[in-house]
Formats: sequence, structure tokens, C-alpha cells
Amino acid sequence: MASTPPAPAVAPSLVDTLFQRSLNDLVKSLRADPSAAGEAAAVARALSEIHREIRAPDAATKSVALQKLAYLSSLHFAPVGSHPLAFAAIELLASPHLPHKRLAYLAASLSLHPASLSLLPLATHQLHKDLSPSAGAAHQQHVSALALQLLASPAAAAAPDLPVHLAHDLVPHLARGSPRAIAAAARVIAASPSAAVPVLFKPLAACLASPDPRASTAAAAAFCDLSAPPADATPFLPLAPDLYNLLTTSRSNWALIKVLKVFARLAPLEPRLAARIVDPVCQLLTRSSAMSLTFECIRTVLTALPAHDAAVRLAIGKAKEFNAAADDPNLRYLGLLALGMLGPAYASTVNDCRDAIAKSLGDADTNIRQEALHLIMGMVNENNVVDIAGMLISHVAKSDPEFANDILGAVLAACGHNVYEMVVDFDWYVSLLVDMARTLHCAQGDEIGRQLVDVGLRVQDARPELVRSARTLLIDPALLGNHFLFPVLSAAAWISGEYVDLTKDPVELVEALLQPRTNLLPISVRAVYIHAVFKVITWCFSVYVGRLGDSGMAMDVMFDRLAADQTVSLDSNVALGSGEEQDIGASTVRKDPFSHESILYMIDLIQTTVGPLINCNEVEVQERAHNLIGFVHLVREIQELNKRKVADGDEPSRLKELVKTMRTVFCQELGPVSVNAQMKVAPPDGLILNENLVELAGMVSEDDTTPSTSIFFYPCSRHSVDTRDEPAVSIGSSSLSEHRKRHGLFYLQTGKTEDEPSDYPQANDSLPSSSNNSVINDDKSKTAELVFAGKKSTATKSRPKVVKLDTEDFLSSMMPSANVPKEDPLAGALRDVLLGSDAKALSSQRASDINLEGMLNKTSSNESSSQQIENLGSYPASRSSRTTSKQQNHDKEKGTNPRESDGKEPRKHRSSGRSGHRQGKHKHREKSSTQPDTIPQASVIQDFLL
Amino acid sequence: MAKERRSVESLSDLWRAGAEQAHREVEDDGVEQQRSKQAGRDDEMTIRFVLFVNKQGQTRLAQYYEHLSLDERRALEGEIVRKCLARTDQQCSFVEHRNYKVVYRRYASLFFLVGVDNDENELAILEFIHLFVETMDRHFGNVCELDIMFHLEKVHFMLEEMVMNGCIVETSKQNILAPIQLMEKTS
Repeated sequence: MASTPPAPAVAPSLVDTLFQRSLNDLVKSLRADPSAAGEAAAVARALSEIHREIRAPDAATKSVALQKLAYLSSLHFAPVGSHPLAFAAIELLASPHLPHKRLAYLAASLSLHPASLSLLPLATHQLHKDLSPSAGAAHQQHVSALALQLLASPAAAAAPDLPVHLAHDLVPHLARGSPRAIAAAARVIAASPSAAVPVLFKPLAACLASPDPRASTAAAAAFCDLSAPPADATPFLPLAPDLYNLLTTSRSNWALIKVLKVFARLAPLEPRLAARIVDPVCQLLTRSSAMSLTFECIRTVLTALPAHDAAVRLAIGKAKEFNAAADDPNLRYLGLLALGMLGPAYASTVNDCRDAIAKSLGDADTNIRQEALHLIMGMVNENNVVDIAGMLISHVAKSDPEFANDILGAVLAACGHNVYEMVVDFDWYVSLLVDMARTLHCAQGDEIGRQLVDVGLRVQDARPELVRSARTLLIDPALLGNHFLFPVLSAAAWISGEYVDLTKDPVELVEALLQPRTNLLPISVRAVYIHAVFKVITWCFSVYVGRLGDSGMAMDVMFDRLAADQTVSLDSNVALGSGEEQDIGASTVRKDPFSHESILYMIDLIQTTVGPLINCNEVEVQERAHNLIGFVHLVREIQELNKRKVADGDEPSRLKELVKTMRTVFCQELGPVSVNAQMKVAPPDGLILNENLVELAGMVSEDDTTPSTSIFFYPCSRHSVDTRDEPAVSIGSSSLSEHRKRHGLFYLQTGKTEDEPSDYPQANDSLPSSSNNSVINDDKSKTAELVFAGKKSTATKSRPKVVKLDTEDFLSSMMPSANVPKEDPLAGALRDVLLGSDAKALSSQRASDINLEGMLNKTSSNESSSQQIENLGSYPASRSSRTTSKQQNHDKEKGTNPRESDGKEPRKHRSSGRSGHRQGKHKHREKSSTQPDTIPQASVIQDFLL
Repeated sequence: MAKERRSVESLSDLWRAGAEQAHREVEDDGVEQQRSKQAGRDDEMTIRFVLFVNKQGQTRLAQYYEHLSLDERRALEGEIVRKCLARTDQQCSFVEHRNYKVVYRRYASLFFLVGVDNDENELAILEFIHLFVETMDRHFGNVCELDIMFHLEKVHFMLEEMVMNGCIVETSKQNILAPIQLMEKTS
């Protein structure tokens, strides 16, 4: 645009009125001012001119106006198919002057669309005239070609009666083998099957066998179009002989591609067809030099002939060649696409080319990379997930941000699928998650964080590794600047707080959680951090207090015992490996986190860093800070107590109680919550949920306005409260009981809910620590695990138990199993409808019968193939013929035997097929005109296939 | 004009809504069947549109084989062109967009884009594009963007000779050009 010479100036307006501007002038005026405003002005002026000129009685003026309008509308300057354009076009259709006519047809096919269909009947007569051979004009062939063109345009096909009127006019053109007539006939048949099929189908089918390659190519394309997926390909089965003929003899790649496509749709319908076409297809595959044809052969083999091993291997070989084409990204892409067409049965074959596919991950083209990733994710199983995930993560560093996140998302989805069914080694998986989070462009923080917490909840054996990994994440101040990682950090903080008893160095942890850069975190994450500190400090106190109780002992002895205490006395459910136990022991000796100094240090740290947050205006942070500071204030007494070294019996034991109770608040284990948990809580009898809500207003105004004075987070147990807290608690509990007395209606009956049979585990059920350290909520999953363990016995590390809720199990088991049977009835029903609709469109009276027959056919899909053929043959015919079809079957079998191993057969067979077809046609002619062509097809197909 | 456009589009929306409804209702009525089938047909063509777009994103030719409203066309073209312009020579010529597969090829400053069904043979479409360009080359002699701009209707004629109803019907350059030459002789 910029390089073009400056356009000449726009003609002055006086000349404008005297002389009509040509299309050239219009284009120049459009180009004169390329800015949007200038263009709009030029278009507006041109349109007003055109509206004036198009009404001119003179054909030349009108045609130029039409030409300009067609130009504008085809480039979207004017609305598509505005009425003046359509009307003028139809007027000009009758012009004897060929260029005018040509232009009119072009304008008509551009402008006619569903909104202007009312004008189309005006054109019917002219179309009829142009199609009729009697016109005798010199350029008759071109004129009729134009008419055919319009007939094939989408607009004409949307007008239901036009094809009906003109179908008969198409027949002579079809007989001539005109490719345009064939394309138009396909359009007309598709648009109104009931009217067009009786007239046009037969001549159209004859074109397939035409000696003229143009006609046969066009016919192949037409049938390819007609049999495209939403339509049912079954009625085209009888054309198999002619198509086969074309497949073996045609030299046109265009035709061969279309024929292969039709065969790919027919082969699944008729098992014996596949055996027939596999040889010619393989020949084409090896012989053809045209890549388009080769690719079509590959596609046909892989999608339609998966049972023929040799062919599939050949096709895969070709696909690999495509994939290795260094200089052509198109071939590389198509090679991957072809490999993706392979079903799961050939997963190992795809696996063989893993290296080649992995190389494509580094391709310059995003499409190729995506396809490669898709393929690789398709081949993941529990044996290779470690290798593949490692390989993919190494690719992440080399990829651009978008694709890096695609990879991460794919890995996360694959590994997290169905409650981590592919992951055997969770230590590996946790470290993988952390590695993913640390990759350069990671934007999958949400999912990584969710999975980290989820693994923690579900897999007890993974927790030590989780805590270790969480520590590495938390102590790295650089990560706090990356907002994509906030969810991961939040998860890490939660994990190290929740499983604090597995941590090696709580002091370091508290330092990490309170480091200055945490003020970069968003509020929600900050709150999690503070709460984690709360949990850590609670645990440290409880260990410390536990030790105070044994104050008679020597210090170093106590250190040694601490490690044991952690697992035994702290209500910790985790059986640590002995190595880990020693580790912890060693670290406590090295730097005792439970010494008086450490505790003091932590308290000071908390008071200096969390203290200011009490005034934070974000409630979430403010509340957590209040809780924490309140608790710290409370237990500062311990320090004073320790200083005084006064063991006056009462005070320390009460403090000890307090700390222990605090600890028990947090040491209840959290479990995964099912999506359906809420639904499982049945409302107690007699509670009508929607009644008496009005009373709530009174309650709110009466009771809840008194502000709470206590900022402490106090445990609910009644016997372990500090004296200072007693009033608050008593106020709280008394007002609570009072409230309960007055509004008992709104309380759940405690006894009742507890008595309910707990077939469903409560959301935060504590784990039965006495048992095998794991909760199996579901028998099914237990057995599944057992089976799994048995299978995995060779693996070096057995898969840890993964908590799986019954509902999830239900869901996940539902997914595939629901899909599999769903597919069949759905497809069956669809096919039935389609079949029925086809048949209905063709012969409406028998619709229900055919449907029934089709259904029967579907349900008995595992019957023998000959049976299927028999049904197939019989259902379009009258359904009386159980006996006749059996007879047919009998005949067929008789026919099969002599042919079985005859070398010269194909030729003879072909001729017989064709003669059978012709017979069929005769038969068809005898039938009423509404009868579909499927009746003769039955006999034809039998002749061909046997 | 704006008013007119609105009315046209609302009509077409109405029509589409009607077609969808016909899709949904599976009734025994033959007319309904026919209409739903018809609406389905639009999804089955092989070639759905042919576009020429220059590097600035200006449309130089647009031929659709299914009905889209003006705004839909503009939006579609804008999105596709943006996608294709972002791609380099080292990348493959296939772009998936909405439910189309777009096969494109770049000649000098012009992009030739063909939107096809998902199971269409991509390489064959590339050959078709090349054939189209060769045909124009033969007719105009070293074809350039300006030729297409000033003789848009001839390019449309050629395209109509080659593609009908979304199917490629003519692949011989001589046959494609014959009617155009005849027309030039008569006029």
C-alpha cells in the first residue's frame, strides 16, 4: 500500500454528475485517502451514486453501478446482499450480453442470502431458460455454467423451492458429465433430498463411472461432500464398486483424495470393505509422490483400517518420515497429527517415536509444539511418568512463557488426574511440584499450590518431603517478589504450619514466615503466614512446657528424649523413619529450638513483627495478628515463671494445661473434603429450613449487638481455662446457652446428628492413629490400592496410601465408565435419528419402521457381519422380509465360495458389481419415485463384497 | 444505511435462530426435517471461505461459501489475519481458528487464506492456493496486489470457475480462463 504511487486526484464534482464513474474510478477514489474517515466518505458518496444509477433504464449504466456495488459489498464496505443489489442483479440476469449476464450472476451469488430470498423466485424462470439446452446461443455452455454456479451457491440452496423447480433441468447437464452440474446437483440434493434424490441421484452416481476424469473427479468430490459426518454414509455403500474402480484406475490426485475420504467413512460400516481397499491404499501410499495423497492415505489407514497391521505399520513409517522432514514445517505438523490419530492400541508404537516427538517440543512453530505436547501427554502412564515429566520440565526452561505454561498445565493435569493415580513416588512428585513452581515463567501457581495442599491432606507418607520442600520455598526471599508464586507460598506456609511436628528447625521457620519481605504478600496469603506462625509457636510451647514438667531431669538427657517425645507425647500420628528421628534429634542438639532462649527469641520476634499488624485495616490479617499476640501475651508468664524457678504447683500446671489444650486444637488432622459433603448432612427431623426466618431479625437486634470483649482465641474445653479468661468464657457460654434456650429451633440437635450413622466421613475427621496411619474411607479404594500394590510389587518403592473419598471414587469411576456406555447409545440414537430422518425425508411413511429396524440393527451390533449386511440391506426395504433377507444371505454365501481364492477375480467381480448396480437401477425405476435408492444397493453391495 | 444494515442482520439472526430451533426439534414433520438438514449442510462443505489479505490486514478478496453477517465476517477476518501475521516462514501453514482450519500461504505482500473443514486435506488446499495464484499469474502476467484490486470481478470469476459449493471443480488453468477470455472478446 505504502509503496504504490500516489493516486490521481478525485474527479471534480461537475464531471461527476455528467459522467458515471467506472469501477476503476471508484477503486482510485478509495485509495486516494487510505484513512478510515476518508474511506468512509468515499464509500458513502459511491453508495449514493450507485443508488441513483442502479435505477437507470439503460443496461450499461445499471451494470456499471452493479459492478461497483458488488465490489463494495464483497470487500465489506456495503452490507452483504442489500436489496437494490439483489434486485438489479436479477434484472440483469436476462441480459443477452454475456459480460452483463456474467456480472449479474456474480452479483446474485454474492448478494442473495437468506434475508433476500423473497427475490429468488423472480430468478427461477431465467435460470430455467439459461439451463435449457434449446437456447441455441453461441455461448450456451458458459451461460448454463453461470446458472449452475448460482444454483450451487449457498444462497440458492437455502431457498427450498428453487432446487425443486430446477432439478430436472440439471439432468441433461449431468448426463454430459459437466463438473459444475455435478457440484450443483450435490448442493441441490443436500438442500432438499426428498425432491432431488429421485431425479438426480442416479445420474450423479453414473458420473462416478464416467470415462471423463473431470466428471469422475467432480462426482467423487460430490459424494465426499454428501457423506460428510453429520450425514449418514450408509446410503452410499452401494457406490463402493464404482469408487473402488476409481481408486484403482484414477490418476487424478484430487479424485483419489476424495475417494479415500469416502472410503474412510464407509469402511467402519462394512468390515469386508476394509479388506478390499487395504491393498490399493497401501500401493498408493508407497507409490505416490504427491504428499497430499500420501497424507490422505495415512489418514485413511490410521482412522479407518486400524485392524490391518501391515498397513498401519507402513502408515506410521510414512508419518515418521513426515515428522523428520527438516525443511518443511507443514510435513512435520502433519506427521504429528497423523501419529495422534492412532488409537490407544498403538500407544507403544507412538512411544517408540518419543524422542522424535520430544524434539518437536523445541520446534519454532507453536502448532507443532502443541501437537507434540498433546501426543506426549497421551502416552503418559505410571511407568514412564517420571521420565516424561522430567523431560518436559527440562523443556520448560527452554520454551517461551506461553508454551512453558502449557507444558506445566499439561503435566499438572496428567499427574493430578483421578487423585494422582499415576504417581507412585510422592516424594518425587512433591519435589517436581516445587521445581515447577520455581521455573522461570511459571504462572500455574494456583494449581501447584492446590496440589501441594491436597497431597498433604491425602498422602501421609509425603508429608516429611512436603515440609522439607515448603521450607526451601519459604526461606527464599527472592520468591516473595513473584506474584505468580503467591498461591504456592500460601500452600507452603499452610503445610509447614499444619505439619509443624515434622519440621527440623521451627526457629528458622518462624524467621522465614516473619521475614520483612512478607509485606509484599497479598492479604489472604499474609493471614495464612500469621496463622502458620501461630501453629508453630503453639507447638514449640507445648514441647517446652512438656519439658518443664520433667524439670528434675538433666538438660542433655531431656534433649535426647525430646525427639521421642515429639512422636509419642505430642499426639503426632506420624511414625517417622528412624533416620529422620535422628536428624531431628541432631538438629535439636545443635540448636535447641525449645530452649528458653529460643522461645524468648521467637516471642520477641513475633511481638516486633506481628505487633504492628494489630492495627492493620484488613480484617483477616488483623484478626490473625490479634489471636497470635493474645496467645503470646498469655504465655509470657511461662518465661517469668521460668525466671523465678518457682514451682508452686498450681500455676505451672495450669499453664501447661493451657498450652496443651492449645496444641490439641491444632493437632487434629485435616482430611480432604468431598464436593458432596454438604449434601450428605441431612437436616434433622422436624426442622423446616425455610420457616420462621422472620424471627432471626429479632435475634440479631437483641443479642448480637453486644460487642465481644475478648480477643482471645480460647479453646472450647471447659476445664482448662485460665482465671483471667473465666469471665469471658462464662459470659460467652452463658449467653450462648441462653440463646440456645430461647431459639432452640435454630440449633441442630447435637445428640441426633452425632447418632447418625456415619456412612460418610466427616469433613475434618481425625485419623485413627492406632490403625495403619491412614484413613481408607472407602472399601473400594482399599481394594483398589491392594490390587495396585500387588501389581507394583516389582517397583522399588511401593506407592503410599492415598486418601480417596467415596464420592470422588464414585465420580472418577463414573467418568470413564459413564463415557463408555454413553458413547454407544448416544451414537446409536443419533444414528437412528439420522437414519430415520434420512429415510423420513425420502419415504415418510415407513419412518417408524425403519427406525425400529435401525435400532434392532444397532443393539445387535455384535452379531456376525453378514447378519449386519442383511439388516442393512433390508431396512430401507419393507420390513416384512425376514425370510427374503435370509434368502439373500443364503445366496450371498453361495456366491462367496467359488470366488474365494481366484486370482483373476477382481475384473470379473467389478463387472458383475457394475451389472448388479445397473440392475439395481432398473429396479429402482420400477419403484415409486419417492423410494430411496437404497433398495438396489443391497444386492449391489453383496455382489461387490463377496 | 446503518438502519438498513441493522435490519438485514436482525433478519439473518432471526433466520439463524429459526434454523437452530429446527435443529433442536426432531419432529416428524418433513419440512422441519428438511430445514434442519439444510442448516446442517453449511457445516459440511470442504472450503468455507477464501480470503486475500495484505500485510496491513486489508481484505482484498473475500468469498464465503456459507452465510455470515457483515460483522461476523469482519471479526473473523481480523482474528485470522492477526494470527497469521504473527507467524514466521519457519512455521507451518495451518492455523486452527474457531471451528475452521485455516490454510494460508504468503505471496509477496499478500496472504492467501482458505478456511476449510477439519478433515480437509491441508496439502491439497495448499496446492489449490498455488494453482489459483498461477492462474492469476497467467491471466494478468506477473500478478500483483493492484491487479487484484482493479480486477476484482475477474478474480471472482476465476474463483467461481475453480470452486463451486465449496468443492474444487476445475483444476485446468486453460479451462478456468476460457470463459473470461471469451467475455473479453465479446465485450
